[in-house]
Amino acid sequence: MRLESARARRRALRLATLLVGFAPAAGLVVAFLHDGLGANPVEKITHETGEWALRFLFLSLSVTPVRRLTGWRMLLQERRTLGLFAFFYASLHLAIYVGLDLGFAWSFLGEDILERPYITVGFATFLVLLALAATSTRAAARRLGRRWKTLHRAVYLAGIGAVVHFLWLVKADTREPLVYAGVLALLLGSRAFWALQRRSRSGNR
Amino acid sequence: MSKRSQQPSENEVTPESLYLRRREFLTRSASAGIGLGLGARLGFAALGSGLLAGCGPDEASAGRRAALPTRTLSTRPGPAELQTDEDPTSYEDATRYNNFYEFGTDKTDPARNAGSLRTEPWSVAIEGEVAKPGRVPLETLLAPHPLEERIYRLRCVEAWSMVIPWVGIPLGDVIARMQPTSKAKYVAFETLHDPQQMPGQRRGVLDWPYVEGLRIDEATHPLAILAVGMYGKVLPNQNGAPLRLVVPWKYGFKSIKSIVKIRLQESEPPTSWNQSAPREYGFYANVNPEVDHPRWSQARERRIGELRRRPTLPFNGYADQVAGLYAGMDLAKKY
Repeated sequence: MRLESARARRRALRLATLLVGFAPAAGLVVAFLHDGLGANPVEKITHETGEWALRFLFLSLSVTPVRRLTGWRMLLQERRTLGLFAFFYASLHLAIYVGLDLGFAWSFLGEDILERPYITVGFATFLVLLALAATSTRAAARRLGRRWKTLHRAVYLAGIGAVVHFLWLVKADTREPLVYAGVLALLLGSRAFWALQRRSRSGNR
Repeated sequence: MSKRSQQPSENEVTPESLYLRRREFLTRSASAGIGLGLGARLGFAALGSGLLAGCGPDEASAGRRAALPTRTLSTRPGPAELQTDEDPTSYEDATRYNNFYEFGTDKTDPARNAGSLRTEPWSVAIEGEVAKPGRVPLETLLAPHPLEERIYRLRCVEAWSMVIPWVGIPLGDVIARMQPTSKAKYVAFETLHDPQQMPGQRRGVLDWPYVEGLRIDEATHPLAILAVGMYGKVLPNQNGAPLRLVVPWKYGFKSIKSIVKIRLQESEPPTSWNQSAPREYGFYANVNPEVDHPRWSQARERRIGELRRRPTLPFNGYADQVAGLYAGMDLAKKY
């Protein structure tokens, strides 16, 4: 009986994650169909997919702190899905930029990556997410063993890279990227805090 | 100061729609606001408020949607050789996608917040190296000049562009009436500074008030105009009502909006974006596909309404008319 309800809760949580994950994409499609993307639709979907990649990256990073604070262990099963949604939106973001913004002009892409620091950082961040997504299966984790954990710590770098990418592209109003930077500081800071706590506790022993 | 006593003869009068429109449209703004607001919010506000609500743009800013003017202005066509025959951008796009940081930094903010700007009465301070400095009611400033339509390309420094049929008067004619002294080498402009009417000024995104400037030979070039309308109608608030500069061969930020002061002076005046980021925005800010913004390319642009980018032209396609103003200058240094 208890087992049954645990499984039901697990399923409900899984369903909720998938709904939340696809909702922004569905929202964009609806907005597109209803001419709700404004005067510059390409810019709009570029910005929206980029921001959703950032949001899902932060959601995946918040699983561990939230689990520690609330003791809700079941959340852990959703971390990978949230991370994959971050990769999904980052891929859309990159595809829109390369396809619609640059019109697949590869020379412009090369120039952008080499010469524009915010694009350099954004592209590097995408490569990190790509590596993490490619090694996100159980089989890959088994194969990589201890190195898997080291590799997947690169998600912190991706978080920093994504925020820097945002911060460097705005013209003058840095408020929005700075809010993201603040949230990221909390997410990474909580980990540093717990790590220090652990170390001092083991040091006292 | 009585406006009536200074009114010129009947045939010179600027159409009254310019000055009567505000109150008339206030009543319309409520319904228009609801209709347009719904459309704009359809996909995104609801969506963005979802997970990390604090991260979205500030939806709760205090502004009011500005009603779009409907009365037409009577104009004559401007000189054909100065104009483009390209299709104008849709009026809807030209009035809902604006950079006007006084009303917020998102390009949809000005349409949403510019309703709090009061454009009547409006006067302009004429200062500096002129025969008779003083404060002039807008009607008086415009009265001697017939309104012309000028269809110009507009190229934003952010690499998007539009085609706008402006209604205005040559800036050179206005300057000539000011009777500049021999020391008048530059023209400095200033936007209204009133955080009550311009909610974007409550944050220090730029150093308010917004200021801009031109060399006197640029300002008196036939292409430079002071605009009071567009698409045959009075300027909407979000487009810089009631009086704005239009210098089509320069990036859009040079075309300062809602002007309250024009000052002729001997030294180069400070300009807002140059003060904010001197490495990125120069005093001249001529459209130049060869000189990239430090953070993005200026080689191509997206014409609003088109999907693919198109190449950006030197001086925004006005090189034949204005390149001579910069003969011998290193435009990579004087960007």
